[in-house]
Amino acid sequence: MLKTFSKGGIHPPENKLSAGLGIETLPLPKNVTIPLSQHLGVPAKPVVNRGDEVKAGQIIAKGDGFVSANIHSSVSGKVTKIDTETDISGYKRPCIFIETAGDEWLDGIDKTDVLKTETSLSPEEIIAKVQESGIVGMGGATFPSHVKLSVPRGKKAEFLLINGVECEPYLTADHALMLAKGEEIMVGIRIMMKALKVNKAIIGIENNKSDAIEHLKAIAAKYNNIEVCPLKVKYPQGGEKQLIKAVLNREVPSGGLPVDIGAVVFNVGTVFAVYEAVQKNKPLVERIITVTGKELKKPSNFCVRIGTPVSAFIEAAGGMPENTGKIISGGPMMGKAVINASVPVIKGSSGILLLPPEESKRKEILPCIRCAKCVSVCPMGLEPYLLMPLSQNNMFDRLEENKVLDCIECGSCSFICPANRPLLDYIRLGKTSVGKIIRSRKSS
Amino acid sequence: MNQIIIYTIASLSILGAVSAIILYFVAQKFKVYEDPRIDEVEAALPSANCGGCGYAGCRNFAEALVKSDNFDGLFCPVGGNKTMEAIAKILGREAVAQDPLVAVLRCNGACEFRPKTTNYDGATTCAIEAALYGGDTGCQYGCLGHGDCVEVCNFDALHMDPVTGLPVVDDLKCTACGACVKACPRNLFELRKRQKKERKIYVACMNEDKGGLAKKYCAVACIGCAKCVKVCPYDAITMNNNLAFIDSEKCRLCRKCVTECPTNAIIEVGFPPRKEPQAEATVQAAQTENTSQDIVSAKKEDISTNLNKEE
Repeated sequence: MLKTFSKGGIHPPENKLSAGLGIETLPLPKNVTIPLSQHLGVPAKPVVNRGDEVKAGQIIAKGDGFVSANIHSSVSGKVTKIDTETDISGYKRPCIFIETAGDEWLDGIDKTDVLKTETSLSPEEIIAKVQESGIVGMGGATFPSHVKLSVPRGKKAEFLLINGVECEPYLTADHALMLAKGEEIMVGIRIMMKALKVNKAIIGIENNKSDAIEHLKAIAAKYNNIEVCPLKVKYPQGGEKQLIKAVLNREVPSGGLPVDIGAVVFNVGTVFAVYEAVQKNKPLVERIITVTGKELKKPSNFCVRIGTPVSAFIEAAGGMPENTGKIISGGPMMGKAVINASVPVIKGSSGILLLPPEESKRKEILPCIRCAKCVSVCPMGLEPYLLMPLSQNNMFDRLEENKVLDCIECGSCSFICPANRPLLDYIRLGKTSVGKIIRSRKSS
Repeated sequence: MNQIIIYTIASLSILGAVSAIILYFVAQKFKVYEDPRIDEVEAALPSANCGGCGYAGCRNFAEALVKSDNFDGLFCPVGGNKTMEAIAKILGREAVAQDPLVAVLRCNGACEFRPKTTNYDGATTCAIEAALYGGDTGCQYGCLGHGDCVEVCNFDALHMDPVTGLPVVDDLKCTACGACVKACPRNLFELRKRQKKERKIYVACMNEDKGGLAKKYCAVACIGCAKCVKVCPYDAITMNNNLAFIDSEKCRLCRKCVTECPTNAIIEVGFPPRKEPQAEATVQAAQTENTSQDIVSAKKEDISTNLNKEE
């Protein structure tokens, strides 16, 4: 009997069109647009000026404070301007524009594929290196990794969980990474275990990726403290709290952090980025991204530089299909439509999905029939049918009582609702307002 | 039979009397003194319970008024100076007169001036659209047009104009309670001082982008050229982040800025039509019905004809 989380969950059609395909490297983009806010927390502050020559891997914006991340140039060339541009958030935000010239990397960065297994760095040095390299959670939440690696005083991490679940339909970036870079991921895990001072690491992978499970199991056999845990397919197993519940059968308390129950979770993409930063001295300037869609000629997994416009790799995947309704950044469940194809890829973009118009349109909203399907699928045990009207009517105190802040925004409720109600939209709205109220209460 | 009735009546009467005595003493013991002036003040308030004063309702506001020593920061926007004077009389204080305010929408991005760049098909509230992205037009500062403000208005003073897709403020009904100011996720409503004959001149734009970018997505955007600042004889106009702002305290309604503005981002409301040959249509429209709303729409027609000429 395979493990999975107990509460709720759904089974959307998987549609993993690019599963099992290798990683292709895209030709260098002519221009890159690097947003200054690619992570949760304070936007980074630019340290280059217009007209400066930069090399790939050079720091171009410094993290502002602890919960922030450095940003590096992903190409070598000239900074043409620092201006606002619409990014994946849908708003104009400050970005650094670089015109590519050649592919010159900063000295000291190892670009080869040679595997380096041992590290002599101390835990503190590893965390400092991760911070310097601007690594953030690559699963999509983009939380700065050095913050997660620095376990708060008085708390102790027991387990390092590696998230190779990739429960979002369509996406295969993590799958491709696990197949291609298994050895590197193992070294990355050992580095992170050292930084966190834990003795046990578990990699959670859903069993629709049996080749990745076999591959990583074979490599993990060399290490006695790394284990691969196959999981039953269920969305949203890739959520941090759901993964902990599935693998360790522990529950993160409401309002708490995973480290409260001794677990720290990282995505496989993040682990690989940590490996590259610590062993190869290479900052986070590239990522694996899935470009997919039923109408797309050639769904693929690409290794792209941060800041590449989305249109560049839609072109590489066979061009934009004629009937495209929406371009989604991320997967179909938690992703977000972008406003045009020129928005740049950021550290947290795991996929680009092209949906045909008939699938992308929202359906007509009907009255709630009180079927409670949303309650039964909510992985956090919330009552979406109740939270939506509370949010509509600005009843923030009751929203707080009903634990709206526990919502992980997985979208299961909106997916299952037979009346097509925009449950998550309203819950998210209520969550933002309640979050603001709580913050102002704390500060006063 | 009679005896039973007599006993019943007697026993119940005694029970009632004893309970009444107990209740009387309990009520005396646990009596909470409440200032009788609270009721009087509450009666003087308009009982709109709109929350415009910052309190949950008129009762809470009355309590706050009675409790405080002066009227600092306490003002009922709905009742205005009259109500505050009546309350001052009850409480034996001096009322501080405040200028009556009115809400204005600082966006003139009607469909014709601000074409759509994307199709939004999500939940039809401004708050959700604003949370998702910069809006279905290229301007990320402008009105989203789902009418969150209309929904919260307790005084029937806001209506959506189906032609422009923008909300319209009914000056006569608006009490400046500020509900729309709070509801608008784009902060497009401004409470301005009411001027004589309900005349208004304001910058109907909140776009802080640079001129070229602002103009690219909206024909009537403020492009931050600062021509109005130069022409204003009363120093009422300030320029911040490529956006002009007319201070209603200083503005004397001379209308010089309106004619100077190259994008027609400055709107005049409630004025008699200008005597210009090109504005014949405006004159006619204004003569048929001299309401402020018609002048706004006439002005818009004016702008659109100008635009066509440019093309």
